[in-house]
Amino acid sequence: MTDVSHVDAALRHAVATGDEHPADAPLSVHDLTVAYHRKPVLWDVDFDAPEGRLIGIIGPNGAGKSTLLKAVLDLVPTASGRITVYGKPYREQRALVGYVPQRESVDWDFPVDALDVVAMGRYGKIGWFKPVGRMHREAALHALERVGMADYAKRQISQLSGGQQQRVFLARALAQDARVYLMDEPFAAVDAATERAIVEILQALRAAGKTVLIVHHDLQTVSEYFDHVLLLNMRVVAHGPTEQVFTPENLRKTYGGRLTLLEEAANAVARRGSAE
Amino acid sequence: MPPLCAIAWLPLDTWIVVVGALGAMACALLGTFLVLRKMSMMGDAISHAVLPGLAIAFLVTGSRDSLVMLAGAGVVGVLTAVFTQWIHAAGKVDQGASMGVVFTILFAVGLILIRQTADHVDLDPECVLYGAIEFVPLDTTAFLGWQVPRAAITVGVVLVLNLLFVTLLYKELKLTSLDPALATTVGINAHLVHYLLMTLVAVTTVAVFESVGSILVIAMFIVPPAAAHLLTDRLSVMLLLSAGLAALSAALGHVAAITLPAWLGLGDISTNTAGMMAVMAGVFFVVAALAGPRHGIVSRAVHRIALSLRIVREDILGLLYRLDELGAPRISRRAFAQAELVGGPFMTRIALWSLRRAGQIVREDATYHLTPRGRSAAQELVRSHRLWESFLEQELRLPPDHVHCTAERLEHVTGARLQERLAESLGDPGHDPHGEPIPDRPSR
Repeated sequence: MTDVSHVDAALRHAVATGDEHPADAPLSVHDLTVAYHRKPVLWDVDFDAPEGRLIGIIGPNGAGKSTLLKAVLDLVPTASGRITVYGKPYREQRALVGYVPQRESVDWDFPVDALDVVAMGRYGKIGWFKPVGRMHREAALHALERVGMADYAKRQISQLSGGQQQRVFLARALAQDARVYLMDEPFAAVDAATERAIVEILQALRAAGKTVLIVHHDLQTVSEYFDHVLLLNMRVVAHGPTEQVFTPENLRKTYGGRLTLLEEAANAVARRGSAE
Repeated sequence: MPPLCAIAWLPLDTWIVVVGALGAMACALLGTFLVLRKMSMMGDAISHAVLPGLAIAFLVTGSRDSLVMLAGAGVVGVLTAVFTQWIHAAGKVDQGASMGVVFTILFAVGLILIRQTADHVDLDPECVLYGAIEFVPLDTTAFLGWQVPRAAITVGVVLVLNLLFVTLLYKELKLTSLDPALATTVGINAHLVHYLLMTLVAVTTVAVFESVGSILVIAMFIVPPAAAHLLTDRLSVMLLLSAGLAALSAALGHVAAITLPAWLGLGDISTNTAGMMAVMAGVFFVVAALAGPRHGIVSRAVHRIALSLRIVREDILGLLYRLDELGAPRISRRAFAQAELVGGPFMTRIALWSLRRAGQIVREDATYHLTPRGRSAAQELVRSHRLWESFLEQELRLPPDHVHCTAERLEHVTGARLQERLAESLGDPGHDPHGEPIPDRPSR
């Protein structure tokens, strides 16, 4: 019931401000609020992801970055808000959205090999009860090849390094063959080679017209990796093209008074200035 | 001590083993997923929590028919899982603790219900714990023209049900056990699979527990899958292994129960079959923990010894090579002892023996020297060592007197490719920081 009034309010708000969501954006988040035990984690988050862009979600610890992804994916209950994917509710469009969770979210001792894990990206297409057919196994193998992990297909997943595990997760998302990707810190604790490999894959995805939202921690690399940024600290602080939005002023608003981070941010912005 | 054949094997014994094995396999199949989901104690929790379900089913229908009991158990089993999930999520309590809260309360409710309204129903604690598998063959019914124990049919049906469940929903179980969040995003309802599994755990618990007792049920849910997990890295193999180990435990458990007392000279003291089956499963687990290929204590020790043996062998080759450079190509075993190789004199002795067997060194007049084959292996090592010393000094700016120890470790893990790259990046130096010549790659 509250939903209706809320949507109504949102519509009026949109009409009043002239701030309409484009009908067919790859991902639109309308007035999303999430609370854990009555404590808000996300408040009135509202943005559209432009198509074919790499979008960095930046903010301090506890800003609600992972929660934003999970709320979009219907994995956590939301207090209010509406998610649309290419103009239709997320639940109807699941198949279009791929997810790369944080690496710590699974038990790597599980008795499966890398290929098994990647094939899981295909399960939605296979459907209930049916076994994984040859076509799907080949698609999984191809995805492993794309992340440079084909040689490790038969390796049990705990026998892979952290960077290799991250690439397996990425391959699983590729195997999903989605149009919108949500990735939760794919660069966390990976080696330099994996970081380069991931960047290359992200660029290939962008070239193929995919939209990728990435929770990211390292302010140094933001300008290099992302076309757009979403600065988040419970609310959206700023959202837009990196060169316009990724400014010391906005970062100060996002990170509050955390000096070391501010310095880091200032350096990052300064470096970008000199690089251009 | 009477020989084994003196113990008569009756058709009765066969049925005991069959029922035990069927029940054990039914539990082990589901237990595999409980163990992987880190909720091994769910079998324990549900087996206690179903008591009020049984009592209420009895109160409502007034019958102790198996189907009625199974239905009551199924409902309460799911409730157990639901309540556990609630308390876990709402109270920020860990999964095990919330399981403990739920099953003790439900168990208490069940006891009260039975006490208050069905006091005349006979509940023998010993019977609940150990079951009455010895009496299973006596209660028979006609099945396809055969006289078959009733329990064999109930337990068999449950096994078939569980088999169907794990084969039809194999990939769904795999995904939801590993990564429930991803399952939800690809449209496979992780909650649904979870509650289906819990329902079957409840039904299996009641069906099997009636004939073999709760100890065996709980043991078979956990022990064979845990042992199988130590033995394999593939889920399908783990399922087969845990079912196989469960069946084997049942068979050997019964054999042990009827033979062990006589063997041990205990005369007519009877051993409990269900208890022995659980003990057998425990024995398999211990064996798996000791001898498992990757996690096993024995195999890890063997691996460690093999590694240190290789290092000692390589150190011996390096030592002989350096002595050769100094113009002293021979060395006695006593001198090796003074060189204080890692691993100690015992390891040195084994390493010398294996190097001789491999034709890399020979012993003449109680001294050792390198063969041409040994020499080329040694040259390879010394080359790696000195290249590393140069690298550490030139590139990392370590003082020359600090590089030896690090190089000593790195030389053992440097393959041909890495060595080549090292030499390239250093511009193929002729000497290391100490002025020692860096040997060329041995010609093969």
